[in-house]
Amino acid sequence: MSYLDKAGLKVVGTRPIRPDGVDKVIGRASFGADTTMPGMLWGKVKRSPHAHARIVKIDTSKAAALPGVRAVVTSADFPNIANEEAFVGEGPMNFRDLSRNCMARDKVLYDGHAVAAVAATSQAIADEALDLIEVEYQVLPHVIDVEAAMADGAPILHEDLFTQGVDPKPTKASNVAKKITFTKGDIAKGFAEAEIVIERKYTTKPVHQAYLEPHACIVAVGSDGQCTVFSSSQGQFMVRAYCAKLLNIDIANIRAIPAEIGGGFGGKTLVYLEPVALALSKISGRPVKIVMSREDVFRGTGPAAGGVIEVKIGAKKSGRIVAAELVLKYQAGAFPGSPVGPGCMCAFAMYDLDNVHITGYDVVSNRPKVAAYRAPGAPNSSFGVESCVDELARELGIDPLALREMNAARDGTKTPYGPTLVNVGYLQTVEAAKNHAHYKTPLGPNQGRGVASGFWFNIGGESSAAVHINEDGTATVVEGNPDIGGSRASMAMMAAEVLGISYDRVRAVVGDTASIGFTFLTGGSRVTFATGMAVTQAAEKVVEQLKSRAAAIWDISPEAVEWKDGKAFPAGANAGSFEPLSLADIAVKSGRTGGPISAEVSINAQGAGPGFATHICDVEVDRETGHVKILRYTAVQDVGRAIHPSYVEGQMQGGVTQGIGWALNEEYIYDKDGRLENPGFLDYRCPVASDLPMIETVMVEVPNPRHPFGARGVGEVPIVPPMAAVANAIADAVGARMRDLPMSPPKLSAVLDEQNPPRLAAE
Amino acid sequence: MSKHHVTTTINGEPTEYLCEAQQTMLDVLRDELGLTGSKEGCSSGDCGACTIILDGNIVCSCLMLGVEAEGHSIQTIEGIANGDTLHPVQQKFLEHAALQCGFCTPGLIVAAKALLDTTLNPTEEEARYWLAGNLCRCTGYDKVLRAVMDAASVMRAEAGQ
Amino acid sequence: MMTGIAARRLTGGQTEFDVEADTVRRLIVELERRYPGLGDQIDQSMAIAIDGEIFQDAYLEKLSPDSEVVLIPKIGGG
Repeated sequence: MSYLDKAGLKVVGTRPIRPDGVDKVIGRASFGADTTMPGMLWGKVKRSPHAHARIVKIDTSKAAALPGVRAVVTSADFPNIANEEAFVGEGPMNFRDLSRNCMARDKVLYDGHAVAAVAATSQAIADEALDLIEVEYQVLPHVIDVEAAMADGAPILHEDLFTQGVDPKPTKASNVAKKITFTKGDIAKGFAEAEIVIERKYTTKPVHQAYLEPHACIVAVGSDGQCTVFSSSQGQFMVRAYCAKLLNIDIANIRAIPAEIGGGFGGKTLVYLEPVALALSKISGRPVKIVMSREDVFRGTGPAAGGVIEVKIGAKKSGRIVAAELVLKYQAGAFPGSPVGPGCMCAFAMYDLDNVHITGYDVVSNRPKVAAYRAPGAPNSSFGVESCVDELARELGIDPLALREMNAARDGTKTPYGPTLVNVGYLQTVEAAKNHAHYKTPLGPNQGRGVASGFWFNIGGESSAAVHINEDGTATVVEGNPDIGGSRASMAMMAAEVLGISYDRVRAVVGDTASIGFTFLTGGSRVTFATGMAVTQAAEKVVEQLKSRAAAIWDISPEAVEWKDGKAFPAGANAGSFEPLSLADIAVKSGRTGGPISAEVSINAQGAGPGFATHICDVEVDRETGHVKILRYTAVQDVGRAIHPSYVEGQMQGGVTQGIGWALNEEYIYDKDGRLENPGFLDYRCPVASDLPMIETVMVEVPNPRHPFGARGVGEVPIVPPMAAVANAIADAVGARMRDLPMSPPKLSAVLDEQNPPRLAAE
Repeated sequence: MSKHHVTTTINGEPTEYLCEAQQTMLDVLRDELGLTGSKEGCSSGDCGACTIILDGNIVCSCLMLGVEAEGHSIQTIEGIANGDTLHPVQQKFLEHAALQCGFCTPGLIVAAKALLDTTLNPTEEEARYWLAGNLCRCTGYDKVLRAVMDAASVMRAEAGQ
Repeated sequence: MMTGIAARRLTGGQTEFDVEADTVRRLIVELERRYPGLGDQIDQSMAIAIDGEIFQDAYLEKLSPDSEVVLIPKIGGG
């Protein structure tokens, strides 16, 4: 059945309170660090102080002898996993690399790399034990910067890493893991026809997802090998699978229970602590709880890639872009697997271009292994491309939104990465931005306005969902996705809509790995789309059962029953004149008509619709300090269909805020020894309430016909435009074009001082 | 290592506990008293997830030692509601969808409640600066501010202002 | 058509192919037959766009003679 017509909907599109809301506002909700188990030990992880070193020897004897210590582990306690390519944690990786990232083997590759762990009867004893572990390192030269890592003579991280994508296969090991290219048309011809060419280089630093909740888990291994894992993650099935893989355990012997999760944004789509805790629990025979400190989170978990973005755009004086070239060099951190692929593919997705050539490099260096972060790869490349398009617009004297309109991708446009676009709403976002009151508001001195666009594919994937009708006619929905942003409410709403009952008669819960069928993790903006699809299909199956039960009660054929507004009706006068039966009426008789009424659906959802956005940002620059104040921000996005509009708005506002932090202040700062100097929230500066105005959201709805309600993924697109939108606004305000992120006060004020050297007091 | 005996008042209840000298108030709340509503986000007083009210002022419980509670009065997120009646700030957070993951929510609610104990008529800017010590990574603060301003308005009406 | 190619070495640089296959699974099998190793690469690390829509891990999807078929790097998310 299709619910694409918004007019007929009763529940979807409204804004009810989420089912886990009360628990979260009174402090009762159970996050990863909030539970205990009887007999529990505290685990702590010892981390490398060196950016690059060989591990010569680890002596754990003194730690093991300390009273209260019940287990000590190093890589010797983990299976030595062979090279196994996989798509791990929402990005390309390798289980061998994941294992070595959880516990270093032979070499440490970044400041913060885990080398050992202990479990003890108190946190204080565990800390003391860590200090007693003696590690002998042979310190090696290190490399942090991506271009330095690519250069000849750079310290090599992996002796067995040879650049893929280069023909013939190289004989010398390299830090360049992979080279990929995308080509459309003929850029030589395109640039030859160009009347203006803009060529620029942009650079970004790694930034952390900075979820407020540090990684935490509590695990227990029984003497029969059965494991329970309670942890904060974006996917309990992912936790189960990776622990099984890394420790050689049968999947059926692990039960992974999802805690409430305090933010992930992609950073919790893989494991760090769980395998270590399981190893400690197995040895000690007791449950083990490990909670990361904030410092460990910054030093030891994956940030987003930083890198270099080289853009060259050729256009006619009219503004029509005739050729575009892009080179991306992304840092993968200590192991291969940066999101350079999506970075390449998203960069020009909003433009209809005949001639494009894109090259991407995946480069390792001595920093934590990168993890996914909201639209991985796209914010970096869009920062470069959207800034360059803005520079083009200014050179030509054309309004930046008009320039985008002129070159906009639409249904039928063939993207630079191959497929032809179908059912997309990019142009609508540009139009909505252009016509918005924000765009016409006058600006004052040192104030400027910038616009930028963004794109993300969104994914579908495997989801399972069950809808159970309870004996009193209420319904329970069981699904498998940790709820990062209100998805339980949306699941209950879709089920209520299909069943025809009110939202407060439907409860959605997140099941553990033993309580619901396999479900791919929460990420890729997939939950409302894929799990919503599974929930809808399960509810529809339940409706079919309800109709046949009504038929049994009335003793007529099931084909003669209709379901409407939560009730069974005879389908026409010929069927008989029966009073309608409500869901509750049928539920109470379910035993007599065949048994419990329930359906579980497992699917691999395809057809996730991509999302486009266009943002407008106003800033005010303080010329003396280089401080940038965000005056006003409007985010326009094609959301398909907003199931729960408040949570869609929330995704847009949250993504925008992270993008603003990425643009203005956030960065990893390393000292000359490759050590992270700012592993804390004081010096890793995220936006706070006083940094921002209200963030206006405009939801354009071009429904995705592949989803029963027309939903598209919405969570990731909003982080793609802000960096360029802010950079373009700064350029508009003070004529300073910032091409290196973050555009923090010291850097901006240095540029401004160059423009206008400050007069000395004596003059 | 011998523990210290502390007598204090938490959420209006006389409370006693034993703690080690180096345990923070946050450690005591979470690990000794089972009050896990206050969260540990950074342990360095930079994120506000551990916010409590100490004698009427908001403090980061991670920056306070458990022994320092002796003789003082503490309010945590668990004490904000009145039985099963939510405080207007809590109710408005729900209505405005001012939480996504919910981890920063206890700290924000405690801080917002303390603001409204000081004044029922904050401007948006005053509220933003008051809450600047509470990091939120999910919401961008927009709906949080709307919830706080709406709660203030409800409380003004209840107070007959 | 295959883009974002890091498997170029396997195909000797060729990125456009004429293949007779009416499902994704049969396409992968045929490409594996022609270029040993390529099928596995596609299985593990690529997505397939059929007439503009992206499919991942979808053996059973049908291909028609005039389908636009593009193999692109697999997509995740955050």
